[in-house]
Amino acid sequence: MSDKIAKCTGCTQKDEKKYGEIADIIDLYKDKEGSLIQILHLAQEVYGYLPLDVQKFIASSLQIPLSEVSGVITFYSFFSTTPRGEHTIRVCLGTACYVRGGKKLVERLQDILGIQIGETTEDAKFTFEIARCIGACGLAPAMMIDKVVYKQVNVNKLESIISKYYES
Amino acid sequence: MINLVINGKPISVAEGTTIMNAAKAHNISIPNLCYLEGIHKIGSCRICVVEVKGAKTLQASCMTMAAEGMEVNTNSDKARKARKVLYELLLSDHSKDCLSCKRNQTCELQELGKTLGIEETRFEGAHSDHVIDTSVSITRDMSKCILCRRCVTVCNQVQGAGILNAQNRGFSTVIGPAMDLPLGTVNCVFCGQCTVVCPVGALKETDSIQSVWAALNDKNKRVVVQVAPAIRVALGDEFGFEPGTQVTGKLAAALRALGFNDVFDTNFAADLTIMEEGTELLGRIKSALTGEPAVLPMITSCSPGWIKHIEHTYPEHLDNLSSCKSPHTMLGALVKSYYAEKIGAKPQDLFVVSVMPCTAKKTEIARNEMKNDGVPNVDAVLTTRELASMIKEGGIDFKGLPDEEFDSPLGMSTGAADIFGMTGGVMEAALRTVYEIITGRELPFDGLHVTPIEGFDQVKEATVKLENVVDEYKFLEGVEVKVAVTSGVRGANILMDQIAKGESPYHFIEVMGCPGGCIMGGGQPRSSDPDVRTKRLKGILAEDEGKALRKSHTNPYVTEMYEQFLEHPNSHKSHDLLHTHYVKRGEFNELTDEEFVVDTLRSSKKLRVPIGSIPDYCPSGQSSNRKMHEDLESVKILALEAENTRVKKELDDALETVDLLKKVIVNNKKPK
Ligand code: SF4
Ligand code: SF4
Ligand code: SF4
Ligand code: FES
Ligand code: FES
Repeated sequence: MSDKIAKCTGCTQKDEKKYGEIADIIDLYKDKEGSLIQILHLAQEVYGYLPLDVQKFIASSLQIPLSEVSGVITFYSFFSTTPRGEHTIRVCLGTACYVRGGKKLVERLQDILGIQIGETTEDAKFTFEIARCIGACGLAPAMMIDKVVYKQVNVNKLESIISKYYES
Repeated sequence: MINLVINGKPISVAEGTTIMNAAKAHNISIPNLCYLEGIHKIGSCRICVVEVKGAKTLQASCMTMAAEGMEVNTNSDKARKARKVLYELLLSDHSKDCLSCKRNQTCELQELGKTLGIEETRFEGAHSDHVIDTSVSITRDMSKCILCRRCVTVCNQVQGAGILNAQNRGFSTVIGPAMDLPLGTVNCVFCGQCTVVCPVGALKETDSIQSVWAALNDKNKRVVVQVAPAIRVALGDEFGFEPGTQVTGKLAAALRALGFNDVFDTNFAADLTIMEEGTELLGRIKSALTGEPAVLPMITSCSPGWIKHIEHTYPEHLDNLSSCKSPHTMLGALVKSYYAEKIGAKPQDLFVVSVMPCTAKKTEIARNEMKNDGVPNVDAVLTTRELASMIKEGGIDFKGLPDEEFDSPLGMSTGAADIFGMTGGVMEAALRTVYEIITGRELPFDGLHVTPIEGFDQVKEATVKLENVVDEYKFLEGVEVKVAVTSGVRGANILMDQIAKGESPYHFIEVMGCPGGCIMGGGQPRSSDPDVRTKRLKGILAEDEGKALRKSHTNPYVTEMYEQFLEHPNSHKSHDLLHTHYVKRGEFNELTDEEFVVDTLRSSKKLRVPIGSIPDYCPSGQSSNRKMHEDLESVKILALEAENTRVKKELDDALETVDLLKKVIVNNKKPK
């Protein structure tokens, strides 16, 4: 069954190698407690995200319903079903940031990036997400790009912040 | 025994009884919603809360066990208010279009509102973004889902199909297939068991009533109707009869009153199925005994839910299936050939309606294999519930109808056909005929009932030894025929896994897609009677025993059909009309392009007002009495409490993830 899916999705050779790795992970973990989450976690590391075909592959290898696998994946925000960008932008919408214009940052970023929350830009540069309080309430509104925290962000500065990530 | 006090009344109950059942046994009913006796108990709605002396919080009575010395008040102020608030919160994210909802007046949410004495809804909450997903068999309208998860339990635990599960979390939770896939594109078997347990209008059969009315009003169509065996002992439920009451005569009369031109009985084709399937089985056994290639065990093919399941899950074993079409498609094929010829009509001018206990049959008739010369064998399938609504809409006084008969010739049947409606019935009917043909004697069971395969066990088996056989079947002398019977996807998997491993000891297997067989089909009336299964079963057996002829091969009209038209069982003509082949689908439909989607819609997002910001005034702006304001205060607190519980639960879930991920990190030795 597993080979069939790996082939029928018309995937590249690189994909086939990834599927192979995921198959190994499944073999290693399938009998352990809480194995589904472990397997999903490692599979996401290998594949980068967990699209439907990977979910099918895992479901049929573990002989559990696909709806259960996707149920777990969509329950935990840790898992992603769409490809992730090179950088992750997280705008804080915790209470402090929300009151001080976090929402405006979101709107402006949507414009600049041309994507909605939870999506990734076509050039795979950015994934855009929302955070709940990143511990910078005193200097709200705040946002993070990867591990860098930007405080008291001015809406008008957003463009230049983003463009820096295209320079390097 | 455990002694407790409920509403001041001393009560003793057996250990392990829930508060709800303890109260019920003493005629105190506690309002509830998600609970489903014997099947589903996860305590998700908390409508059933009661006050227990000494306990800090209200207790869900469907989950909490009665304990020695407990003092329970089911009607305390706190409990009553909490129920109302919880109910109103449910409504705050509900579409509330009762007047145009299929479940109007049969809706458990509506009924509960009445019980709780709800006269206003104070919260206008956020509305989730809803999916309305219409497959050929089943429609999911998630704007009406109350997240009780009964369907999840039935689809996963009872059926073992695993199609429906909770997706996403918190406010975005939706019950459905993986990744928002439409039901018509996944391996759902369309058994409809989820539509039977859904308390509201969220899961229901896809409507065929309109197309049937249209045909009835079309002057150029001759509309032929047929009814499955299981309808006659279930339709009465919808008109206030005791479950299991045989309403066969009134059923025929009602169909005539609705304007159907010919009122036939699928039972006729059930008798025919026995002739075709029995012959096919004998052929396979003969080949096997004489060393020719033959696929055994042979498995029945009358249940389209089961067929879809094997096509998805065991696509390599389709040859085990009998090639017989299901009885109603056989009858449809005969109506549009034999009968059309007889009355001088063109097949295209006939419109065949099947009344079935089944939602899967709606999809079955859409399959390419169920056509002859491009004309579908059957044009519309109505569920038992749909027929009941048509009878009501048609203004027919069902109870007052006289008993009438089915039309000849496709309305005549033996008792063997009646038992097709219950698990074990097809097998028993087959054995009655096959045994007699081989040995020249009647099946040696009391009242012709093969007791080991009756009843509701998951897998039942029997062995019939063939001795002193007639000359023609000498090759069968001394053979022990082993048969097995199961109903429901879960049981089918057990028998199929044996076959897949090459370990199946059987010659013949009967599988029906719904647990209990057609009497408990996904299109049958919803019943609150816990004994409905047994009552319908008794009705079926009584129908069989009440017939003068009880063996399919003794049906004179079947004999006539072979003499005049089909020649003999498994003839070229019957293969053409009555037999079929199957499609390899695969677990994820990866082996076929065929889908069964009608439509998918996404309701537009409505404004979201968080529960935390319940206004201080009455939102309707009308009743402004003081009591209302006081009430609102306490309601706000309760609502916040409820929100609190929800957040706590989310926190628990999050902590659980952290725990698991910690573990992952600890034993994370990523294989390279
Ligand atoms: S599901 Fe029930 S409460 Fe909801 S709209 Fe339909 S009848 Fe009304
Ligand atoms: S129809 Fe049957 S298989 Fe499909 S979702 Fe409902 S219960 Fe599950
Ligand atoms: S679809 Fe029906 S049965 Fe399933 S969770 Fe929603 S309300 Fe409950
Ligand atoms: S609310 Fe944004 S950092 Fe705390
Ligand atoms: S009925 Fe008890 S929690 Fe729903």
